[in-house]
Amino acid sequence: MSDPTPTNPGITETERDELRRHGILLTGLEELYNWGRSHSVWPLNFGLACCAIEMIAASMAKFDIARFGSEVFRPSPRQADLLIVSGTVTKKMAPQVVRLWNQMPEPKYCIAMGACAISGGPFKQGYNVLKGIDRFIPVDIYIPGCPPRPEALLHGLVQLQEKIRNQAIAGPDAPRHLQAEGDCNCPIPECGAHDIEPAQNGALWPKPPELVRPTKS
Amino acid sequence: MNASPFTNPSTGAHVRSVRSDLPGDLMEVSMGPHHPSTHGVFRMIVTLDGETIVRLKPVFGYLHRNHEKLAENTSYLGSMPYTDRLDYLNSMTNNWAYARAVEQLAGIAVPERAEYVRVILAELTRLLNHTCLAGFLMQDCGCSGTPLMYAFREREKILDLFESLSGSRMMCNYQRFGGCRVDPSADWLARARQLVEEYGPFLDEFEALLTGNEILLARTQGVGRLSAALAINAGVTGPMLRATGVNHDLRKVDGYGVYPRFQFRIPLGEHGDVYDRYMIRILEMRESLAILRQAFAGLPAGPIMNPAAKLRGFRPKVGEAYGRIEGPKGEIGFHLVSDGGPNPWRYHVRAPSFINLTILEDLCLGHTVADAVIILGSIDIVLGEVDR
Amino acid sequence: METLTQLRDRIAALFPAADVVLATNPSPSAQHALRLDATHARAIATFLRDDPALQLDQCTNVTGIDWPEKEVVDVTRTTVPDPAGGAPRVVEEKTRRIEPGRLEVVYHLYSIALSHGPVVLRLVTGNRTDAVTLPSLTPVWRSAEFQEREVYDLFGIVFEGHPDLRRILMWDGFKDHPMRRDYREPDDYEWEPTPHGDVLAKAKQHYPAPAPSAPSTP
Ligand code: SF4
Repeated sequence: MSDPTPTNPGITETERDELRRHGILLTGLEELYNWGRSHSVWPLNFGLACCAIEMIAASMAKFDIARFGSEVFRPSPRQADLLIVSGTVTKKMAPQVVRLWNQMPEPKYCIAMGACAISGGPFKQGYNVLKGIDRFIPVDIYIPGCPPRPEALLHGLVQLQEKIRNQAIAGPDAPRHLQAEGDCNCPIPECGAHDIEPAQNGALWPKPPELVRPTKS
Repeated sequence: MNASPFTNPSTGAHVRSVRSDLPGDLMEVSMGPHHPSTHGVFRMIVTLDGETIVRLKPVFGYLHRNHEKLAENTSYLGSMPYTDRLDYLNSMTNNWAYARAVEQLAGIAVPERAEYVRVILAELTRLLNHTCLAGFLMQDCGCSGTPLMYAFREREKILDLFESLSGSRMMCNYQRFGGCRVDPSADWLARARQLVEEYGPFLDEFEALLTGNEILLARTQGVGRLSAALAINAGVTGPMLRATGVNHDLRKVDGYGVYPRFQFRIPLGEHGDVYDRYMIRILEMRESLAILRQAFAGLPAGPIMNPAAKLRGFRPKVGEAYGRIEGPKGEIGFHLVSDGGPNPWRYHVRAPSFINLTILEDLCLGHTVADAVIILGSIDIVLGEVDR
Repeated sequence: METLTQLRDRIAALFPAADVVLATNPSPSAQHALRLDATHARAIATFLRDDPALQLDQCTNVTGIDWPEKEVVDVTRTTVPDPAGGAPRVVEEKTRRIEPGRLEVVYHLYSIALSHGPVVLRLVTGNRTDAVTLPSLTPVWRSAEFQEREVYDLFGIVFEGHPDLRRILMWDGFKDHPMRRDYREPDDYEWEPTPHGDVLAKAKQHYPAPAPSAPSTP
């Protein structure tokens, strides 16, 4: 890339590399800030179902999530930056997941790991299965698979780091935690007589997508 | 009877409260469903007198995924991938238990080679489960990381084998009614044999690290004692039962598959405490290695699948069957009721870790909270199976 | 172990008032069952556990089964000799009857001491709505405790004498019994790429069919 980026106006990547060779590091506040954040994403130690085993595998010897700065699995949501929803969210569990999300301090991110967290997956037809955690909390990265391999989780993490690195620290595009009213508390559903109430967070999931049923050809 | 004395009657919330008939205050603590020690989304409502547990109520259902309802709305074969997700560490044995129930229901014979391959895969699964359990148990004892790292290193090796055979690391979906899906190649068998040869030294290493460890002995011996009589009455099965000294292993009792052809011993415990449960699993792994060696030596040539077995359009006659095998966690059984249609009329999973949890309160009473964590760890639960 | 018929006769001799029926299982598994009446079920279960020749000390599996009301057609075949002296004809007579709905609990018993089994017990409720009470066998086998709670939760069978009969899998305020055949789950259907059966019916309900004139997208 030779375009001057907004963070370092007037200087190209080549020139920057040239300077770096001489031991001079030129950077912007935004870049430095995001660089620091993106390499120490601490996940919450929170496993839901089968996918959690692959999440543990990702943090173990062979896959070693520590290479990406995320090996510090925190037991408490107060210390965590990343909620990895790793597995099936049942309706009985959904209020707790939302509560954990609300307890995490900003900036916080959410990865929906596996088909179940995305949409209910193989258990979608179940009466007690939530059809995707994005009905209640905002999801940053979706990792498909049943279960996704640990490599896929690592890829998802790298994508999240990419996303963090590209966040602006000021202006209208700034992330939630830098906005004045940057409160991302989601209403916690309640377990009712037949279903959870409400069945979705209206702000995130206004109505199911309008689709037309395809015909067999 | 239903209302707990520690429940606020107006809100239903569990509150810290004082009971007059006991000295001092009792405190009610809710562990889970999000708790690092509960092996998934399991919740225990623990009532404490100081640090001693005086009451413990398990709460289930946070992973109730309606497996049985879904199975009743899909074909017999369609449920096979779902059985993988019951006890997601042991998909191969779940497959086998389900296949066995259907084979009993419809009277399907299994070729000899498939029986041998099933034994090989079931014993590999047992290695995998017991190794991971030992690692998780150590984690619960407060030994963060190291033993679990070793355990998962070995797990990856077994998963690589499963993956090259079935196409998936965890969710193998490998067995079929009347056989197995693909025939393992000679190369695969050679790799599996090599893994078995290398597993013994790994176990030596693992045991050198743990078995005689003073801290482990102090934490686990005499903790969570279970008597044989209670274990039998409460339906406890698997290593939990054998740790109390009851000689009951379905591989011997039912003699299903080709197990009667192999020579192996059933390790038995004496005290029924957490340490015995740990030790039984380590010893069982050594016996599994012996079975695996014999199975590799005796593996016959031949078809892997009964050609008469029908997979599509499979409609067993009216009737029912209960098929069970000795899974790594205990007796895993499937109860199937057929009404002659393509879907089972009733499909029920007898989940070993669910029923092993019946005695959780009895084991924990009088112990401290820290002990409850390792007692739960030693029961070896997987929530996918407990809640189904 | 004695055969199930012998066992049935022995129970009938010991509990003359009890109604014990042999329910045969036509499948190759040949796991036949004993159907007990609710009043004597617990006494018979205790006998099965304690009898020295049986010692069914382990109750492995407890399941509920829902049998909704259904119409069955009985076909009776009678051979009628042809009055003209030809080959006799077979006349089929069809009678329709309504089989009343019921709920059933199945217990699988094994003996660890003597290594035999299974003995299958079945208990049947009167109907599916108000006569759904059955005796709990938890006092006999602890292993039934959670499993009976599960049957109560999912099928709505009330076990009398159960020490702690609460919902186990669904939450406490839940009102339905979802494993019953006529349970309808809350309507939150979403598009699925390969719908069939019930799911296809739901898809039709929720998503419009493409207009016939619209060119189909590949
Ligand atoms: S996506 Fe698959 S592996 Fe992951 S939790 Fe769901 S069923 Fe389990």
